[in-house]
Amino acid sequence: MELIRNYTKRGNTGKRRAARRIASFAAIATSLALIATGCASGADTSGGGETSGDAGGDLSITFIPKQLNNPYTDVVLGGGEEGAEEAGFAATEIVGPLEASASSQVSFINAETQAGTNVIVIAANDPDAVGPALEEARSAGAKIVAFDSDTNPKYRDVFISQVVAKGVALIQVKLIAEQIGGAGEIAILSATANATNQNEWIKFMEEELASNPEYKDIKLVTTVYGDDDDTKSFQEAQGLMQAYPNLKGIISPTTVGIAATARYLSTSEYKGKVALTGLGLPNEMRPFVKDGTVTEFALWDPAQLGYVAAFAGKALADGTITGAEGDTFEAGELGEREVGEGGVVIVGPPTQFTADNIDEYDF
Amino acid sequence: MTNTPTTQSPAPQGQTVARPESRKSALGSLIRLREVPVTVALIALVLITYAANPLFLGAQGVKDLLLNATIMIILAVGQTLVIVTRNIDLSVGSILGLVAFFTGTLFATVPGIPIIVVFVAGMALGAVLGAVNGLLVTVAKVPALVITLGTLYIYRGLNNAWAGGTQYFADDRPDEFGALSVDTVLGFPLITLIAILVVIAVAVYMVGTRPGRDLYAIGSDPAAAELFGIPVARRVFLAFLANGVLAGLAGVLYASRFNSVGATTGTGMELDVVAAAVVGGVAIFGGSGSVAGAAIGAVLLTTITSALTALRVDKFWQQAIVGVLILAAIVIDRLAGIRTARKLRESEARDV
Repeated sequence: MELIRNYTKRGNTGKRRAARRIASFAAIATSLALIATGCASGADTSGGGETSGDAGGDLSITFIPKQLNNPYTDVVLGGGEEGAEEAGFAATEIVGPLEASASSQVSFINAETQAGTNVIVIAANDPDAVGPALEEARSAGAKIVAFDSDTNPKYRDVFISQVVAKGVALIQVKLIAEQIGGAGEIAILSATANATNQNEWIKFMEEELASNPEYKDIKLVTTVYGDDDDTKSFQEAQGLMQAYPNLKGIISPTTVGIAATARYLSTSEYKGKVALTGLGLPNEMRPFVKDGTVTEFALWDPAQLGYVAAFAGKALADGTITGAEGDTFEAGELGEREVGEGGVVIVGPPTQFTADNIDEYDF
Repeated sequence: MTNTPTTQSPAPQGQTVARPESRKSALGSLIRLREVPVTVALIALVLITYAANPLFLGAQGVKDLLLNATIMIILAVGQTLVIVTRNIDLSVGSILGLVAFFTGTLFATVPGIPIIVVFVAGMALGAVLGAVNGLLVTVAKVPALVITLGTLYIYRGLNNAWAGGTQYFADDRPDEFGALSVDTVLGFPLITLIAILVVIAVAVYMVGTRPGRDLYAIGSDPAAAELFGIPVARRVFLAFLANGVLAGLAGVLYASRFNSVGATTGTGMELDVVAAAVVGGVAIFGGSGSVAGAAIGAVLLTTITSALTALRVDKFWQQAIVGVLILAAIVIDRLAGIRTARKLRESEARDV
């Protein structure tokens, strides 16, 4: 059973907030009753019917991240809320599961459909598991914006991508190649085995390693999954060291994985001997860059992702764009964005972080 | 049942062994020890893995094995106290998460706070949470399974509300605190030594003291224990309290060992803990089992993860293997139970 957090947008009236509090209290009471009777329900308790209660013409937007209470997600959502406000949405909601499992988002989508939300912005834990629920939402009139991790393209209007998937993959391969001197065994420590974005990057990494003659001496020995769980990623990193004694480097294209691996390396005899790169949050990686465990890693600015997604949602809801290739829309202070092939909108290039520049970033 | 404490055999068991008079009595009682199967399994696992991959028992390998097991050992010991009384505590993962986040918060908001104060504060918070469980179970007289399932969600909800997206990282905590899970004495990491001390202390309590033996009596037959004059409610309450303290200790150590503590820390740990205790020979319906067995069960379960990786076995098999172990433990337990019952009948028949 998932627990739900409702964020109430700044600027809502006190009365509305009080109503919501009562609603969530009722939800909690219901949950408790269900727990007490040992009943496992679908946790469909998100104060339904109220989200889009404002007068006609006012648009509502709801963000459904992969998981709440994840530092990376928080930065993305921070940008999303800012974007939603600037784009002129009357109501912004953030709901989502506390664990990033394939089916956990479905009940939240259903609740939004019932509430008549105009725009649903989702980062899919599984490209297909959320499909039927999203189709229902669309037939009820909602516009679907996927961001961060795509759904199957037939279930959404546009996908806001960090960067070109291939670019993200190549930059990580390049970084690890530099750090291990162009030869040796490497491994990948990913998030969940069915995460869309992870698998796409890994696929491009494998292709690049196989096809680029510069990398002919680098051997990818395995890919392991830490499920974006600190403890599990930590132990996977540890297992890699034992299973592959000649391992020279690890790529972890997930913020939880790279931080957990860095923590393990920095407290073990492998510190400085095994290279680590991937996608990490500067705030989380700072100590490991300073102590020499990690020399360089990459990430885009996550806030921009949410920001652009909000504007894309507004343009869709207004009917300015349909999500077809070649459509353009204004994304606030980031300027004009174009919808590319397959309904994908690219946000921007990744930044590389080293000991020299990491202090300039705060996210 | 074993209501006559302290004078019993040194085997830390609640089961009555009916005067082992047979020729092979010493060997027989050794084999009957509930810790034996799990210990054998552990040794076999370690040796096989070592043969396939010598790095498994390298200096870093051993250290990692011990460190991985540490937190689970402490939780399993606490859980044993509760299970032996025919109760269960499913909220330990949530308690650990709350205390771990509390630890992170203390270090981040009170600069220079002495480490020992953090330990005491963390265990105190664990004690409060454990006491809530204990009170609900003993006063409301609702099965512990339901009560602690409720507090599992309540404590996790508190953690989510409190932490939100905030996480505290190893960087926020003093180096000496992190060093507890890095530095070793005679090859043992410091936090593992803490866990071993916990095992010894609780084992002595359960084997050698009157209140400790009472826990077994309560688990064997709560009604009989009541009639016998054992303060059942008080003992059960204290078992939950002690379990809370130990979960709190585990939470503090978690913050020392791992990088981040936040809203989801410790999620899902409770089932691993119960599994460790059961695999270690603690009967799920109470009355028998030892903390040493539970501790070895914890080592076994955490070692399997590392061993399968070192052997390059597909990770997805791991859970299935844990499941088989649990079933094996239950079958062994059942067989032992049947045999004891038969022996009891035979010896009673002789006495007639």
